[in-house]
Amino acid sequence: MRSKLTPVILFVAVLLLVAFPFVGEKFYIQLIAKVMIMAIFAMSLDLLVGYTGLVSLGHAAFFGLAGYVLAKAAPQYAAANFWTTLPLALGACAVFALFTGFLVLRTSGIYFIMVTLAFSQMLFFVFHDTPFGGGSDGIYIYAKPEIKIGETALLDLEDFKVLYWFTLGLMTLVYLFLHRVLDSNFGRALIGIKTNEHRLRALGFPTFRYKLASYMLSGTLAGLAGYLAALQFGFVNPEILSWHISGSVLMMVILGGMGSLHGAALGAFVFILLQEMLSNQSWFGPVAKHWQLAMGVFIIAVALLLPHGLVGLGSTLKNRRKRAGGHG
Amino acid sequence: MDFAFVLIQLLNGLQYGLLLFLVASGLTLVFGIMGIVNLAHGSFYMIGAYLAWSLAGMLDSFAAAILLGVPLTVVLGMGLERLLFQHLYHRDHLYQVLLTYGLILVFEELRSVIWGDDVHGVAVPALLSGSIPLTDNLSYPIYRLVISGFCLLLAAALYWLIQKTRLGMMIRAGSSNREMVQALGINIKMLYTLVFALGVALAAFAGMIAAPVSSVYPNMGAQVLIICFVVVVIGGIGSVWGALLASILIGMTDTFGKVLLPEYAGMSTYLLMVLVLLWRPEGLFKRG
Repeated sequence: MRSKLTPVILFVAVLLLVAFPFVGEKFYIQLIAKVMIMAIFAMSLDLLVGYTGLVSLGHAAFFGLAGYVLAKAAPQYAAANFWTTLPLALGACAVFALFTGFLVLRTSGIYFIMVTLAFSQMLFFVFHDTPFGGGSDGIYIYAKPEIKIGETALLDLEDFKVLYWFTLGLMTLVYLFLHRVLDSNFGRALIGIKTNEHRLRALGFPTFRYKLASYMLSGTLAGLAGYLAALQFGFVNPEILSWHISGSVLMMVILGGMGSLHGAALGAFVFILLQEMLSNQSWFGPVAKHWQLAMGVFIIAVALLLPHGLVGLGSTLKNRRKRAGGHG
Repeated sequence: MDFAFVLIQLLNGLQYGLLLFLVASGLTLVFGIMGIVNLAHGSFYMIGAYLAWSLAGMLDSFAAAILLGVPLTVVLGMGLERLLFQHLYHRDHLYQVLLTYGLILVFEELRSVIWGDDVHGVAVPALLSGSIPLTDNLSYPIYRLVISGFCLLLAAALYWLIQKTRLGMMIRAGSSNREMVQALGINIKMLYTLVFALGVALAAFAGMIAAPVSSVYPNMGAQVLIICFVVVVIGGIGSVWGALLASILIGMTDTFGKVLLPEYAGMSTYLLMVLVLLWRPEGLFKRG
């Protein structure tokens, strides 16, 4: 799946993304920024699903938690401090992952799917029902966090183009970081756990600790995405913790191709742009209201026909042709 | 808190728990026997409720709506199994999650196209609309007792089906060793279709009888589905009796949680799950 051309294609893709704000309209620049945030989210989940073999249906918990930490930590009408709120949000996610990890990692397979879902639902109700959480109406974040050193502002995130490049930079960093992690001995051990955990344990690897580390890293990076999302929208409500978000991000990973970082990012791009296209009223008129129908059919088709996602499309087609040829 | 009040809450908890059992039993059976994670199971509950509402309106009789609605959902279940689910038996859980997640979107949108997005009330059948007085100012609606009664009846029927009949023997055998069952000449494909349709019909029936109490509203399936996941996890995946015990536990926890600590009631069921998992990571009734 990974050819020599891949780094070149990725490099060109990043260059195109860097250039986009010079030509695109504001609406599309903001849309692509949102897509890139979701790409970070999808890559974080891919570490868990595609590389460690743990299918989580509760990843929105981290995404939403980080958003809520920003909303809670920010002063009501003034700008929050980026240097304190970001570590706070990421730290909260890491701690939440540590605690829940001890429980959810005792289970595996389908139990893991259900238990992660249940934990994210629990968090959903914490923010939905308790007075602390702000209820179903959510909380506004009126001003974007400030990035300053001393008294000089480094970046003005209120400017949507700056926010776009900032997100692009972080997405690229997350990609390079995960790439590095997966190339290390730690990453190889994770892939080993996915393939055969018993064998790895027999070889003397403390697999539980490896899985916990992967789970925490994945949750923390999902928190980064959640922080950026809350920052961009200027608003959090319990919906960002809902299992629809968890389902969507899982969908992005599978659509793009599990076990491939750029696949997960590609999945986020295709998924959100498709969603945006199908719900576009000027293209599909009154049918656009029921865009989820087309989305659902599309998801079912991917589940049945594309076992390796979009990045594996080439090899899937090749195999199919080979099989057809073998019969003929 | 006096006795009548506690009694009412106990009966409510029991009724809610038993209703959850109808939905969860199908979920756990389909997983235990066929190894399928079905996120769309809650949609069958929703479909049942909407069928009850629209058929009761057309036929002017709630009983007739149920009698006509249940066979319809059995046909739906068989059709879905043949068309979609049978392609997923050998696939990773991940793809099952994906396909059934897609199905939820399809069902929700079809519901919106066919029945609209409004909340509808369903009238309690006149015959059952009375209530039993408990004290001077507290009484208990008969219909809720009827729901509990029906659920208990179905639970007993399920017990008889699984433990005492030939079909039940095949179901039990199929859940412990698929290949062996096939080698003995039992048509496992047919068995799967039947079990799946049974699960669908149970969930839809639960939706139908719950409709007069809970009313009929969009996304009602998702709520039930997630609670049923908790039930299945607590009970132990594949165990019908675990599901029964866990349903009633959850029903009671939720009902009393809402009375005693309303702000934390939403979390109480999940907390219960956490405690059970700390004690037994594979649920109460994990089979060997």
